[in-house]
Amino acid sequence: MEYEPVIGLEVHAQLRTQTKIFCGCSTAFGSPPNTHTCPVCLGMPGVLPVLNRKVVEYAVKMALATHCTINHVSEWARKNYFYPDLPKGYQISQYDRPIAERGYLDLEIDGAGKRVGITRIHMEEDAGKLIHDESAPVSYVDLNRAGVPLIEIVSEPDMRNPEEGAAYLRRLHEILVYLEICDGNMEEGNFRCDANVSLRPRGEQTFGTRTELKNMNSFRNVQRALEYEIRRQQYVLESGGTVVQETRLWDDARGATSPMRGKEEAHDYRYFPDPDLLPVIVPGEWIDEIRKTLPELPLEKRERFIREYDLPAYDAGVLTASRAIADYFEAVATRCSKPKAASNWVMGDILGHIKEDKLEMEDCPVSADDLGELVRLIDDGTISGKMAKDVFEDMWLSGKKPETIIGEKGLAQITDTGALETVVDEVLAANPAQVEQFRGGKEKVFGFFVGQVMKKTKGQANPGLVNEILKRKLSDL
Amino acid sequence: MEPYYLTVHELEGLLRAGETTSLSITEAMFRRIDDVEERIHSYITLMKETALEAASASDQRRREGAARGPLDGIPVAVKDLICTMGAPTTCGSRFLERFVPPYDATTVEKLRDAGAVILGKTNMDEFAMGSSTETSYFGVTRNPWDLERVPGGSSGGSASAVAAGECIASLGSDTGGSIRQPAAFCGVVGLKPTYGRVSRYGLVAFASSLDQIGPLARDVEDCAILLTVIAGHDKRDSTSLSAPVPDYRDFVGRSIAGWTVGIPREYFIEGIDPAVAAAVNRAVAAMKDLGAECREISLPHTRYGIAAYYVIAPAEASSNLARYDGIRYGFRSPGERELLDLYRNTRAGGFGPEVKRRIMIGTYSLSSGYYEAYYKKASQVRTLMKQDFDEAFAACDVILAPATPTPPFRLGEKTDDPLQMYLSDVFAAPANLAGIPGLSLPCGFTVNGLPLGVQLLAGHFEEGKLIQAAAALEKALSAEQRRPAL
Repeated sequence: MEYEPVIGLEVHAQLRTQTKIFCGCSTAFGSPPNTHTCPVCLGMPGVLPVLNRKVVEYAVKMALATHCTINHVSEWARKNYFYPDLPKGYQISQYDRPIAERGYLDLEIDGAGKRVGITRIHMEEDAGKLIHDESAPVSYVDLNRAGVPLIEIVSEPDMRNPEEGAAYLRRLHEILVYLEICDGNMEEGNFRCDANVSLRPRGEQTFGTRTELKNMNSFRNVQRALEYEIRRQQYVLESGGTVVQETRLWDDARGATSPMRGKEEAHDYRYFPDPDLLPVIVPGEWIDEIRKTLPELPLEKRERFIREYDLPAYDAGVLTASRAIADYFEAVATRCSKPKAASNWVMGDILGHIKEDKLEMEDCPVSADDLGELVRLIDDGTISGKMAKDVFEDMWLSGKKPETIIGEKGLAQITDTGALETVVDEVLAANPAQVEQFRGGKEKVFGFFVGQVMKKTKGQANPGLVNEILKRKLSDL
Repeated sequence: MEPYYLTVHELEGLLRAGETTSLSITEAMFRRIDDVEERIHSYITLMKETALEAASASDQRRREGAARGPLDGIPVAVKDLICTMGAPTTCGSRFLERFVPPYDATTVEKLRDAGAVILGKTNMDEFAMGSSTETSYFGVTRNPWDLERVPGGSSGGSASAVAAGECIASLGSDTGGSIRQPAAFCGVVGLKPTYGRVSRYGLVAFASSLDQIGPLARDVEDCAILLTVIAGHDKRDSTSLSAPVPDYRDFVGRSIAGWTVGIPREYFIEGIDPAVAAAVNRAVAAMKDLGAECREISLPHTRYGIAAYYVIAPAEASSNLARYDGIRYGFRSPGERELLDLYRNTRAGGFGPEVKRRIMIGTYSLSSGYYEAYYKKASQVRTLMKQDFDEAFAACDVILAPATPTPPFRLGEKTDDPLQMYLSDVFAAPANLAGIPGLSLPCGFTVNGLPLGVQLLAGHFEEGKLIQAAAALEKALSAEQRRPAL
């Protein structure tokens, strides 16, 4: 029997607010344990949460970017369970009435469009972290992360293969980073994904029993875990077994999923409205205000790049992968008025160097303005494309302007026809044997003459001009 | 003259006139505490050293002409679930026996800013769960009027301390009657403000949607003075409200002629003690003498109040008390090697039986499959009770009702029968469910010399009206100045 996978994804994104969701502690990552804590995020007796409004603003941004309906009144709820990283013994989250519902995300997979529904977006607080001592039966609790704001984005079970799952995640990630509401660093855990997977006979309408996959900390691992789990379920079903509804952990090293211990599974979270917090009121005017601050989103930008700069879809995709790259490209293109050339330089030289030097786009040592000027200098013939590569290397290392480097090294191309004619004459006079060969029909010798001219001009001669003069002189002879 | 039975406003006058000092009053209070505390046990922790320092500082301010208001230099007590920076805050529980908060509750901060001298932390039912102060891990508190009887609860120590002259006034907390019932049992005035009138920051939560801090004192004017100090919006408590705070003392002494006083039919249930009914009748008669019209009204959903209360309060408590897990502070079962054992044995050893009972009730009523039938239903009842009161206050200024069904009962009388104990709150809990302010006022004694109380209720943020009516009634009843024989 042929089975069809059904996949839904739950993404937890840490919001990059300065302070935590219910207290004034810093959200900075990587500080010594328990240094960003206070009585509120430690869950001391008698303290109360006070909502950070920025969290609501960011959640609304994401809701608008994913076409969700925003609830003007939403409600906080307590999710009750015991764990040492959860100081209050409950997580403040949203349950019955989340901040936003019923949105979607449009994907493009191998040129085909695919729409994935978004069930809901809700706000909640993160838990702390346990650090297990390898050498002793001791665990330590670090509560720096406790109370860092999260949004959970729950998709509809609309994806049918691991590629769609990965594409959905990449799009979601891209939007969060574009909106500048999430750092999107999967290793630091500020973008986390759980997956629900089930199989059903192709053509069947009802869903099969699903498993929930956790512990996948990269896009690649999500895809691998989904692939593994689909194969596993298929094997179970084909050998006459039934899939057990359970949570399974992805083991990166083994490349397999395995069930979480049963005890931790039997949770009844006993959700109820949190009496310490008032409902979240988001009036229409506030939504309108937030809407005005939304940047152009990646998909819109991509389409505009194709339209406005006449770029291939591939280029537009690479150049809009982040806001920083897109902004950089646009500045280069504006300066040189040669969008395709600008695109080649940004995609090739800039991104290549960035990757090689392990830099962020923001730290690029060559300014967009200078790169634009370099491209312009090629275009007007001041330097050759080959020379430009050397100039660029110098710009990358020194941060100097292209004109400065060209001036310092005397690299400007010789485009003075008179000067070049003199050189050509010299070369022809110095190599009579080769001139004879050429006249005898051996046209390959032409390249030899070009090489000699370039050698004499230290490569600064404009190659087009050299060709032209050489041809004329040789036929005149 | 010993100052320990004087009121805040009497002492304020003496201090202002320079006839006494805060230090001498405070020292007298500690002498009194030394005399009677062994028999009453109002306090869990005494803060003598810091109290004497605060008293001296107050005297210094007064000498410099910088006294801060009516509470400056006045010795008060604070219920032991209101956090005091640097002094233990135990909530009457073994779990927090050694817990010293690194922060003050907003109300404590306000008391300190007003110059009040905090004498100590008063005994209470564990985590405020009880109506007799018998569930405290630190032993029972006795009623100063009859040492064989309970002082009420859960703010039993705050009430007994005022009644026994162990403080001038105190703060308690009221979730389902925990200020008003002990005030009635101990013959003092107790006021539960409107939900949101006083900040809950630093009040260790029992049931967050019901808890309010309020004053207990010798008379209505003292309650008004304390309420004025502790009320107001607090940015650290999202549920505190920003309605302006008047000087509630201004309402004392104003006439209530022409007012309508509602007498709710449903509060005169079978089983109400004849002495309590007689006290209410005396109050009704006094109200009429004051020119108020007393009219029978109906609060039809009253009979569901205690049931709704005992679903909602334990539900919230089951979640609020989850933080006591032995991981970060408080009691921890020693030597555990497995996480589940650590949780189980810490909570089994840290909490007393009544707290465990309520955590179980609350956990049950929130659990999947029961939520709709219990918690949700109770929330709906709550809405109906609010509507009852809204309708009532559309037609009357205040409501007069019994505060408790009986006079103070004997120690141990109800400890084996939780249901009987819970019914002690039957007249008090509706005000918490509706969020309205309530006050209990002494109204004579039983033939055996036990104090009786009546209760006044007013609409949301109508503490002014409540105080105006209570002060007038207090004066009209011209309560005989009896003191407990200690």
